[in-house]
Amino acid sequence: MSNRTTIDARNAFCPGPMMEMIAALKTIAVGDEIEVLSSDKGSANDIPAWTRKVGHQLVSSDDHGTHWSIVVRRMK
Amino acid sequence: MTARLLIVGGGMAGTIVANGLARRLSHELRSGDVNVTVLGTSNDHMYQPGFLYVPFGRVRSQELKRQERSILDRRINFVIDPATHIDVDANRVVAQSGKSYGYDYLVIATGSRLVPEQIPGLTEGAYHCYDLEGARKLRGAIDAFEGGRIVINVNAPHKCPVAPLEITLMLDEHLRDRGLEGKFDITYTYPIGRLHSLEPVAEWAVPEFDRRGIKYQTFFNTKEVDVAKKVVHSEEGDSFEYDLLITIPPHRGAQVIEDSGLGAGGWIPTNPRTLLREGSDNVFVIGDTTNIPISKAGSTAHFQADTVVENLTMMVQEGRWSREYDGKVFCFIETGLSRGTYIWFNYKTPPRPTPPTQMVHWFKLAYNRMYWLSACGLL
Ligand SMILES: Cc1cc2nc3c(=O)[nH]c(=O)nc-3n(C[C@H](O)[C@H](O)[C@H](O)COP(=O)(O)OP(=O)(O)OC[C@H]3O[C@@H](n4cnc5c(N)ncnc54)[C@H](O)[C@@H]3O)c2cc1C
Repeated sequence: MSNRTTIDARNAFCPGPMMEMIAALKTIAVGDEIEVLSSDKGSANDIPAWTRKVGHQLVSSDDHGTHWSIVVRRMK
Repeated sequence: MTARLLIVGGGMAGTIVANGLARRLSHELRSGDVNVTVLGTSNDHMYQPGFLYVPFGRVRSQELKRQERSILDRRINFVIDPATHIDVDANRVVAQSGKSYGYDYLVIATGSRLVPEQIPGLTEGAYHCYDLEGARKLRGAIDAFEGGRIVINVNAPHKCPVAPLEITLMLDEHLRDRGLEGKFDITYTYPIGRLHSLEPVAEWAVPEFDRRGIKYQTFFNTKEVDVAKKVVHSEEGDSFEYDLLITIPPHRGAQVIEDSGLGAGGWIPTNPRTLLREGSDNVFVIGDTTNIPISKAGSTAHFQADTVVENLTMMVQEGRWSREYDGKVFCFIETGLSRGTYIWFNYKTPPRPTPPTQMVHWFKLAYNRMYWLSACGLL
């Protein structure tokens, strides 16, 4: 079972959801997950694309209307 | 019984809290109902935002350093004894000397530390201005620079989110002033898909960079630096050759936080409004060391410190809560060597930068000097 850490970055203007996620990935073990809650559409698009590009795993990306919930698993 | 207030970290946040408490609780300090102790690592208090001016010879190093003891109110106990273990269950902090410091209320303000060693080759290959020694070395490298390719490489997470843009714009102007126009090019790399985490700032920066011919690469998370070949590579698969590599190194929280098991990466899970450590009702966490998704900046530390002073004072004097932190951050942004702008925002209000003016630049320079008054609790 992977450990999951949640970052509530809704209305977090700076450094924002994606920067928070990149930073958090550096603090978890390979195989563990970060869930980011984001109200920023740009991050909701960018995080999945970036995750695939650098070789982490996108576990889920859900639109909850007021915000997105994106889960990424660290793969390396 | 005396209420023991212990502050770990005598940097920006810890010092402002200590002096604020000395002012608000002067009666209780005099009567002996309260004592306030700051545990620090050294007697040097550095004004970190001033490091930005060192590489361009615009500040003397001595102006950036004061003795912590001289800034702290004399009623505050200041002990140079770095904390080695913070035991929030037993309400005590063990320090390097082996001594144990008990507390009724604890404020953790241990800041963040640079960890360039996390990226292979970064320590050996890159310069930075995030501490005084680094800033001095960068000054030497810039003085010796006669032209070529400069890469300004930003890594996450880092404190002072606007510093990377500031150093880029200041360096461009500095080199032009030195008559090197046409002999150098600057490439700025940033971890996410725009030039700055704040969208309005990123939008403002694009034409500013284009006008000056500064190139940029977004989605660049540094994988390694090939020091022999002078190439910096990203996780995303991009590479840049450089003659001068300037980095904003990645940060972690203080070692003692990790050693005490208080938070992954040294960032302590903290309630964004009460600033209490998650799971504690007598441990406040402020400044860079929180895990709150907010800018790690001196202004954040300052506004948080003010909130904690209010709440600790109320708790000691009346046994009740005063107010919550609203997420306020304020940052000056140098847009060159003679103009500046500023932004502010909080949990509810997004930032809106205004056009740069000379006036704001002078304001920032004035603030750099007034910092000492603010740390002393006079401003
Ligand atoms: C180049 C640069 C430019 C900047 N520009 C700006 C700016 O323009 N505006 C702005 O708002 N902010 C700016 N900042 C950021 C600002 O300086 C920091 O965010 C601020 O200092 C954070 O305050 P702090 O108290 O959390 O941490 P610090 O001020 O870093 O203090 C932490 C303290 O904790 C101590 N400590 C660590 N471990 C222990 C231990 N085990 N025991 C006891 N003590 C310990 C450290 O010695 C240090 O004194 C800049 C920073 C840099 C480097």
